[in-house]
Amino acid sequence: MKHTSSKKSTERLSHILSHHKPERVELIPILQEVEEEFGYLPREAMLEAANFTQIPASDVFGIATFYNRFRFTPLGKHPVKACMGTACHMVGGALVLDALERELGVKVGDITHDGEFSLDRVACIGCCFLAPVVVIGEDIHPRVTPFKVEEILAGLKERDAGKTAHKD
Amino acid sequence: MPARPPTRTSISPQMTFDQIKDQATSEWEALQQKPHILVGTATCGRAAGALDVLSTFEAEIRRQNIDAPVVPVGCMGLCYAEPLVVIIKPDNFSVCYGNTTSESVRRLVEGYVVGDDPCFELALGTLEVADENAPSIPELPRFEHELRHILRHCGYINPESINHYIRRGGYSSLIKALGTPQQEIIAEIKASGLRGRGGAGFPTGTKWGLCHNASGQPKYIVCNADEGDPGAFMDRAILESDPHSVIEGMIIAGYTMGTPHGYIYVRDEYPLAVKRFKIALQQARTKGLLGNNLLGSDFSFHIEVAEGAGAFVCGEASALMYSIEGKRGMPRVRPPHSVESGLWGKPTLLNNVKTFASVPMILDRGAEWYASIGTEGSKGTAVFALAGKVAHTGLVEVPMGTTLRDLIFQVGGGVPKNKKIKGVQIGGPSGGCLPESLLDTPVDFDSLTKVGSLMGSGGMIVLDEDNCMVDAARYFLDFVQKESCGKCTMCRLGTKQLLDILVDITTGKGKIEDMDLLVELAEDIKEGSLCGLGHSAPNPVLTTVRYFRDEYEAHILEKRCPALVCKELIAYYIVPEKCDRGCEHCVLTCPTEAIKSDEKRIKIIDQTKCVKCGNCQMVCPPEYDAVIRVSPPSAIPQKN
Ligand SMILES: Cc1cc2nc3c(=O)[nH]c(=O)nc-3n(C[C@H](O)[C@H](O)[C@H](O)COP(=O)(O)O)c2cc1C
Ligand code: FES
Repeated sequence: MKHTSSKKSTERLSHILSHHKPERVELIPILQEVEEEFGYLPREAMLEAANFTQIPASDVFGIATFYNRFRFTPLGKHPVKACMGTACHMVGGALVLDALERELGVKVGDITHDGEFSLDRVACIGCCFLAPVVVIGEDIHPRVTPFKVEEILAGLKERDAGKTAHKD
Repeated sequence: MPARPPTRTSISPQMTFDQIKDQATSEWEALQQKPHILVGTATCGRAAGALDVLSTFEAEIRRQNIDAPVVPVGCMGLCYAEPLVVIIKPDNFSVCYGNTTSESVRRLVEGYVVGDDPCFELALGTLEVADENAPSIPELPRFEHELRHILRHCGYINPESINHYIRRGGYSSLIKALGTPQQEIIAEIKASGLRGRGGAGFPTGTKWGLCHNASGQPKYIVCNADEGDPGAFMDRAILESDPHSVIEGMIIAGYTMGTPHGYIYVRDEYPLAVKRFKIALQQARTKGLLGNNLLGSDFSFHIEVAEGAGAFVCGEASALMYSIEGKRGMPRVRPPHSVESGLWGKPTLLNNVKTFASVPMILDRGAEWYASIGTEGSKGTAVFALAGKVAHTGLVEVPMGTTLRDLIFQVGGGVPKNKKIKGVQIGGPSGGCLPESLLDTPVDFDSLTKVGSLMGSGGMIVLDEDNCMVDAARYFLDFVQKESCGKCTMCRLGTKQLLDILVDITTGKGKIEDMDLLVELAEDIKEGSLCGLGHSAPNPVLTTVRYFRDEYEAHILEKRCPALVCKELIAYYIVPEKCDRGCEHCVLTCPTEAIKSDEKRIKIIDQTKCVKCGNCQMVCPPEYDAVIRVSPPSAIPQKN
């Protein structure tokens, strides 16, 4: 995901639109690319997509909210996704999600105040044999327990702190 | 419309294909001359560290300056043993190794790639039956029952190399098809008895015939790779491991329907599957097997990839097509059926990934061969994603008619940790939970439906004594309730009501009348819904009520969760006689500081602070094993 790019967001958006035709079939692919680029669907981007495809804005919002893939708030620097697929649920996935909510102080779908962590749930990422699974960024954390949640988060915070200290 | 084979231009498909095949053969044979290493790099392998294993192999081989290619392959189905590696030697056994690590890689390169020690202590077995006392994969108990047809290439070929697929016979069915009248192909599929693998088991030949006869142009071929069941990964594994078999099946369908237009709708969250599928498409185009005037014939075929956007209901045929069109994926009333009016209102042939992947082998080996596998009403094999409380989590493929018991215990290796099996959930949110007493049910479309479950997508989750069946029903209802598209009132509000009742029961607020209400409501939702989501959403509730009624009653009447799962109905308790006192593990890991020492340093849980995360039980050293769960919470022994 490239949502940290420094280019102006209008430029990034017009770049996306430039390789799509203004047709309805292109709407979902456009929204997917916007999400990929920004980490979420900014309101202005949806309006722009509506304008571009000549689809009423209310319809675009309707479609965007219909699909689970789209989010409407930015992702955290560390996007945390807890697997709530069947296999993960059956071996304590819900306790892991509880622990994530407790430790991060946010509910599913939200982001921490400092923008560091966002929390989402996903349904089966296809490595059920490692259940319960938590994905943070690109990393898959296998066989997570509530206790391991604390360790993983502490590890990430420590790593970040190390990085900033290094910079200073 | 009379069937008409394509008129050919100067070169016949067969001729050019022979050249393509020769090239594939020489590439393959060159590889077989050398020792080479296959590394499973599907999502399952990657999650277990396969990319590290792969790069360590490469580095080690470079360092030692050996000529031994490292080939990324797909999923062999033995996901529990990932990362999986196979070392193939021209003049020695091919050996498969499980749970490889960077350390074992070094040992394997030294021992077997360079030397002649097959390192059997690290091996799962040899690929062929070897004459020694060495373990061999085909002799594992599971392969007595397994029959790999749909998964025939998975784990053995590089999914990013079309030549591997061609060398193993790939695309020759397409060539055969291009010279066969369309009606004959349909007749062959009909005769094979193939039924759709997307869940409902609709006879594929019949569907192909209907679409072929439908008037309206152009027609569309759509592959359903939405795989929305939150515990299933067969289609993903096939796309990641053997994408060309799906492409070949789709092209044959396109030829048979006389259309150049193909789509595949892939679930989001499957980035690797999309990537590999796109590479495969590109390679097929380069070889002239896809695109305009396929291999010089006058038949053209194109495949577009549409990525899903995360809605379970979009796996349903009509919703899926709306989604491709850029609309909300909401199922519509049928008829008309999509074979008559599908994508953009045109006749559309929609099949599942596994259905398309079955087509080439049926044309290759014949309908009679295919029909000889399986049962009277369900031909061929069934692929399941086996997960949950089972030793050998992964992909399994067995002939239709194999019993659940053989599947779980022989192929799946049974329930780990000496736990007792409680049941098995088949078909995801649309399926049902079957009890231990029904494990002798054969897996086929009709038998599973008879006992209240269904074949469904192929997700199979084994449940043991530590799983609560009411909680399982609540889990699935929570899922379908969120995924209901909202069009039908019974589905939208009914599932919410069902969920509310189940939440009440699992939190100790259930009433005994709720049992009848659940069943009544479930039947109404089945009746009053348009699509399969509503029709099947109550299945997890109906089957658990039918087969595990005593668990519901314990929750309602005694406020007790027999499996000690439902949070509101359990409490954690430290048995004073067992507490070591000196050890502080539980105190240190409690996230809410709910555990204190008393005057004798025995640990006590403050129930008002306890959030029931289970940390204390997990960290209490096994030699003390002092933390227990009790249900109902009032069962905690009170100090007097
Ligand atoms: C709610 C719902 C979800 C479905 N999800 C899938 C799916 O993920 N994959 C699939 O192939 N079929 C799914 N189906 C079944 C399809 O509607 C359709 O029957 C199937 O793809 C046809 O292919 P087949 O004839 O090869 O089985 C779903 C049906 C319903 C009602
Ligand atoms: S259920 Fe979590 S990875 Fe499959």
